[in-house]
Amino acid sequence: MKFSENWLRELVEIQADRAELAHALTMAGLEVEELTVLGEGLAGVVVGEIVAAEKHPEADRLQVCKVAAGQGEPLQIVCGAPNARVGLKAPLAMIGAILPGGITIKAAKLRGVESAGMLCSARELGIDADASGLMELPADAPVGQPLAAFLGLPDASIELKLTPNRPDCLGLVGLAHDVAALFGSRVLVPVQDPAPVTSDARRGIRLEAGRDAPRYLGRIIEGIDASARSPLWLAERLRRAGLRPISAVVDVTNYVMLELGQPLHAFDNDALEGDIVVRHASAGETLKLLDGSEAKLDEGFVLIADERRGLAVAGVMGGHDSRVTDATGNIFLESAHFAPAAIMGRARKLGLHTDASHRFERGVDPELPRRALERATELLLSIAGGQAGPVLVAENPADLPRPATVALRRARLARVLGIAVPDEEVTRIFTALGMTVQTDADGWQVTAPSSRFDIEREEDLIEEVARVYGYDRIPTHTPAGALALAAEPEARIGELPLREQLAARDFYEAVNLSFVSAELLARWGHVDNLVPLANPLSADLAVMRPSLLPGLVEALRHNRARQQERVRLFEVARVFAAGDPPKETPSLAIAACGGARAEQWAEPARPFDFFDLKGELDALLAWGGEPEHWSLHTDGLPSWLHPGRSARVARDGETAGYLGALHPQLAKALDLGPDVHVLEIALLPLLERRLPRAKPVPRFPSVRRDIAVELPEEVRWSQIEQTVRGSLGDLLKELKLFDRYSGKGVETGRKSLAMGLILQDASRTLTDDDADRCVRDAVAALETTCKARLRG
Amino acid sequence: MDDLESRATQALADIDAAASLDALETLRVGLLGKSGIVTAALKSLGALAPDERKARGAEVNRVKERLADALASRRQSLEQAELDRRLASEKLDITLPGRDGQRGGIHPITRALERIAAIFARLGYQRAEGPEIEDDWHNFEALNFPPHHPARAMHDTFYFGDGRLLRTHTSPVQIRSMQGRQPPIRIIAPGKVYRSDSDQTHSPMFHQIEGLLVDETSSFADLKGTLAEFVRAFFERDFEMRFRPSYFPFTEPSAEVDIRWDAEDGSTRWLEVLGCGMVHPNVLANCGIDPERYTGFAFGLGVERFAMLRYGVSDLRAFFENDLRFLKQFA
Repeated sequence: MKFSENWLRELVEIQADRAELAHALTMAGLEVEELTVLGEGLAGVVVGEIVAAEKHPEADRLQVCKVAAGQGEPLQIVCGAPNARVGLKAPLAMIGAILPGGITIKAAKLRGVESAGMLCSARELGIDADASGLMELPADAPVGQPLAAFLGLPDASIELKLTPNRPDCLGLVGLAHDVAALFGSRVLVPVQDPAPVTSDARRGIRLEAGRDAPRYLGRIIEGIDASARSPLWLAERLRRAGLRPISAVVDVTNYVMLELGQPLHAFDNDALEGDIVVRHASAGETLKLLDGSEAKLDEGFVLIADERRGLAVAGVMGGHDSRVTDATGNIFLESAHFAPAAIMGRARKLGLHTDASHRFERGVDPELPRRALERATELLLSIAGGQAGPVLVAENPADLPRPATVALRRARLARVLGIAVPDEEVTRIFTALGMTVQTDADGWQVTAPSSRFDIEREEDLIEEVARVYGYDRIPTHTPAGALALAAEPEARIGELPLREQLAARDFYEAVNLSFVSAELLARWGHVDNLVPLANPLSADLAVMRPSLLPGLVEALRHNRARQQERVRLFEVARVFAAGDPPKETPSLAIAACGGARAEQWAEPARPFDFFDLKGELDALLAWGGEPEHWSLHTDGLPSWLHPGRSARVARDGETAGYLGALHPQLAKALDLGPDVHVLEIALLPLLERRLPRAKPVPRFPSVRRDIAVELPEEVRWSQIEQTVRGSLGDLLKELKLFDRYSGKGVETGRKSLAMGLILQDASRTLTDDDADRCVRDAVAALETTCKARLRG
Repeated sequence: MDDLESRATQALADIDAAASLDALETLRVGLLGKSGIVTAALKSLGALAPDERKARGAEVNRVKERLADALASRRQSLEQAELDRRLASEKLDITLPGRDGQRGGIHPITRALERIAAIFARLGYQRAEGPEIEDDWHNFEALNFPPHHPARAMHDTFYFGDGRLLRTHTSPVQIRSMQGRQPPIRIIAPGKVYRSDSDQTHSPMFHQIEGLLVDETSSFADLKGTLAEFVRAFFERDFEMRFRPSYFPFTEPSAEVDIRWDAEDGSTRWLEVLGCGMVHPNVLANCGIDPERYTGFAFGLGVERFAMLRYGVSDLRAFFENDLRFLKQFA
């Protein structure tokens, strides 16, 4: 809601200056979103009239004008505006004037011709954004009058960010009542007299939409001059409210809407046939609207029709065929009440949002239609002439909203606010807001005016008291009585420590948007079980991610493209899969590329590889303390992984995620090298943690024996580990692989592994003989099951 | 006798001149070893008459002590010299970079979010969660947004084909936390939320934290006190603060909270940082909580806004670009 400050000040006593007014509005819940000061610093700018104009001898685009300024001889002014012409009245900045932009007007020579001032556009004067030409003043503007006085400046255009519960402030008169309550001052709105009825033109009105349209007023005004232009004061008020003056009829309906909050509509009376019928649209009914679009309606819409066809979508927009044009001679003016529920969502359904729908869906005072109709008639007759017919009324009083009487208990007020507001103050606030108040033993019985749709229950009254009394007068207090301490489960790793651990291991956390493009997902082979948005912002943000990796690898690419060779990122977020309801699974992903270590001098450099990534997984699993629950598998790999350098991760046999090198084809498609490794694993199993149970520290020393064996390349370490463990049982405390070699000295197709056996018995110290026997057993087992040979 | 004396004098000179521990050891063996001259002199005492033996014995022992002292002292200085040499040879250029000393970092949104959650955890608020894909009832209806209500239009909502939607705020977690449970309740619900709006100051995905307290005594004054304390704790400084009446369907009275912010250019302005209010009785009733017996307050804040203010981030979009040059500033 945007309006002229001066206009508001005409409707209510305000002692406060502009800044105080703005602050008071904001602190009463009517937030001032923007305040634009208009026409300050217009000293030295007067109404000028171009009395002669000829082409500049040296410049095609310039004219040399003679401008009357009300005193002495006309001034010679050089002007480049396209609309400068003889007879035009426009603002003239005299020599010495300082314009809002800081320009000081001096006598000047333009291309050799003297110029004694400047003719101005609205923008140059800080009045409007229009810089297309000189600001055109009406023909009756008094030449020589200071422009500020003529335009009613200075003023300010104030824009309120109104919340949906305050439609009563979508008209200046409603706003004036709130302001009066805030300042304890008086509203200055004059009583509206009925306009003189000088014609007997009538039309029947039939209400057929029940409670959706319980009141409909209309009137025929004949013989108007629809091409008449609005007077300057009215046009200026519209302009300062952000509306463009168009024509008398449109301007007057807009003006009354701004003033009172009641949307009006004018039809070309000659385009109507028979009675006005207010009814629901039928399914499939269409109507060409004012903006030229075709509205497809259904039974949920209220339609203003005549006996032949639809004319307007009630509360939203008028129809094209019955619109008022400059040629219109007779109009039918509508001023009606539509129930908010009947209008809510309708405009949106048509892809529209109009000033009328904005108001009706929030609620317009049902008592306004007659007053608004009289006000509009009064203005129209004075601007466009014509003879007004009688006010035509159709209404079903039983269906009109009736203001409820709501009880406010003193004790409840004090409890909710945490402060006892004095009784007299509560009564004053309600009265000032136009409410009817009765006191009783417990508190107050309050009836709101018909404009206040938001007052339905006790809390609504509490809010009114708090708002006008002032939130800043409510004390601050710290709630007492903390709850019983909620124990954090110890057998669960917190998400923050998990993130901190990854950060400590040289990874940066990324946050990507939850939606990605279907195309990117298809590249990764994600095509099934997707959860696409019905109304995405763009194709790039269309599908809920089924995996964090496509987005995370895009982030990796983003950095690679910016001279970052070594990128290590992780993300913790939910991934989505189709279902009823859709499945949301918290997930952890890692993407890394570049050197295994940051570039340094002390160690040989090598690229990040599978085992670096597996090390990260091991470190996470070690934290949970239950690595025995986890296993890696080479089957069931997704298509985005390198089939030979990847693994499926399972906890207790159930797949939890994957890790490995990107599939070379995918890496190539993404323009990435073979060093990109990724991991994604369901978060929750990863956070499970063992609660430690202490065991006694072993009393007897352990013995270590190292062996080196040679075996076929395809024998996997897990098999070797299993074999050694199987042959030694509990005596083997640990098996450490400390060297792996193939090449010279080892038969082709075979490898040499060196490992340390850590042996220990819980009940005695092992002798050398014991240890030697263990080594023999282990080697024998390896020879049998793994085709191993002991090396020298 | 003079022989021992003169050999001792010679030996002392040799000890002083010994250039290495090995040379010193050779000298020691030659003097004090099994067949060393001092040992020989002591052995020869047995052949002397008892009174002569005593005098002579004392003399030999004095020589032995002098030699032993000289050897020890020389050993110490040689050892010291060798240690000095070794230390000199082992000197490192300690200005070379250490190994693997770099670390990564958590995202600034996580950092701000966790800081906020930790402050409320100290006030006894428990963490709660809810789905990001919500139904209309939890996201709107239970929160007192009737169908088609204009307040819904303020939430630019992403929908799925089945009528479900991406939650537009963390407030539905209020509903999920209150359902099937009775006060006292104190929860904090951080998470991702979505609005179909994208420009310089809006991201289609962002993070909110919802707070909810319901008990038998809470009032608007408690709400003011709680949020004032929170803002002070988060920014570690006092602010001029104002509670401005506003409207949310699920709270009444409702407020927006502004803080007086000092911009870098020296100007100050009011900056909206929080929305809050007393839980609407309809919402309590929707969750099976008696609004006559219990009152409560709720608040919601945008994590990005707090992170931007706290860490001086001027462009919202930087949070989601994941550029390492940005992320590294928060390590």
